[in-house]
Amino acid sequence: MSASIDIKPVEHPSGQAIMDALKKADIEFIVSVPDIVTSDALLWPISADPDFKLLRVCKEDEGVSICGAMSYNNTRALLLMQQTGLMDSLNAIRAIGIDYQLPICMMVGLQGKEADKKSSESSSYGVRIIQPVLDAMQIPYRVIEEPEDVQHISADIEQAYQSSSTFIFIIGRPPV
Amino acid sequence: MRRDLALKVLKQRVSDEIVVAVYQTLFDWMAINPRDLNYVATGAMGQASSHGLGLAMANPEKEVLVFDGDGSLLMNLGSLVTIANAAPQNFHHFVFENGVYEVNGAHPIPGHGKLDFAAMAKAAGYRQVETFSDLEVFESSVGEFLKQPGPALAVMKIEAGESYPHDYQYIHGAEARRRFKQALQSS
Repeated sequence: MSASIDIKPVEHPSGQAIMDALKKADIEFIVSVPDIVTSDALLWPISADPDFKLLRVCKEDEGVSICGAMSYNNTRALLLMQQTGLMDSLNAIRAIGIDYQLPICMMVGLQGKEADKKSSESSSYGVRIIQPVLDAMQIPYRVIEEPEDVQHISADIEQAYQSSSTFIFIIGRPPV
Repeated sequence: MRRDLALKVLKQRVSDEIVVAVYQTLFDWMAINPRDLNYVATGAMGQASSHGLGLAMANPEKEVLVFDGDGSLLMNLGSLVTIANAAPQNFHHFVFENGVYEVNGAHPIPGHGKLDFAAMAKAAGYRQVETFSDLEVFESSVGEFLKQPGPALAVMKIEAGESYPHDYQYIHGAEARRRFKQALQSS
């Protein structure tokens, strides 16, 4: 007899809907280090979509700089990564995103987060600290967990570029 | 090869190119060739090459020159692979190698005298690599180096020359970014 695991059924955001929102926001470049949360429904489809130019980077802080530099001629880019890469890139985000007031848009998969829990309730320390860290750095973000959360993505990106400010989407459940 | 003299040679080759530079090389370059298409705001931790790549990809019609430091590139070595993989032809990378963290107390970089940036770039997949240690040779060769498609890397074996002031307030300030953006969009 196997042990039962009590996981509440939840809905997941649509990867296709996220990609549509990125296109609506005129995102041209996707800059990425692979993340298991967004791999199947975002990065693999993006890699095969001719509407996006995919730039694979070795490390996430490279991506912060690349997205910032691209913004000077209004080229729009999204940095797609895992929260480990976000944590590793905090100084680059501090300098290039916050101090320089550049529109760095990031989409961050929360690896290790339970789909039926809020990140603040996760058993993973690496998951629980993400939102408090962003709060401490005064970086605006939106949690993308429910299917309807996706509807805000294009407007958030538009606002980030219009105001030349950094914005992060936290992907709390793997898109499908 | 004195850094300031090498930069004066490069000044003769620069017209409407984007120049991304860091630390002492940046301060020297700003004094030798002040211009709005100098990209000075690279943050810290060796990010110049990545800024250069972003500029090269987003502005394929413009030539991008990166004046990197040896200590800076050591902090972002993976960017060599990223750049080689992206393969922008409009990307020329100069690494000013003096073997020390010059603006942070002149402590030696790890591996000085052992590591070979040209070999690293070649192994990463750069199309062209060169090493220059003599000013006259550099002056006679740099034109041909810049004519070849990138990504290309030149290791510049240099020593400090004339000392120019460290204007951190300008390079991290909004005015430098505004000037660059305006110059880029009108060029």
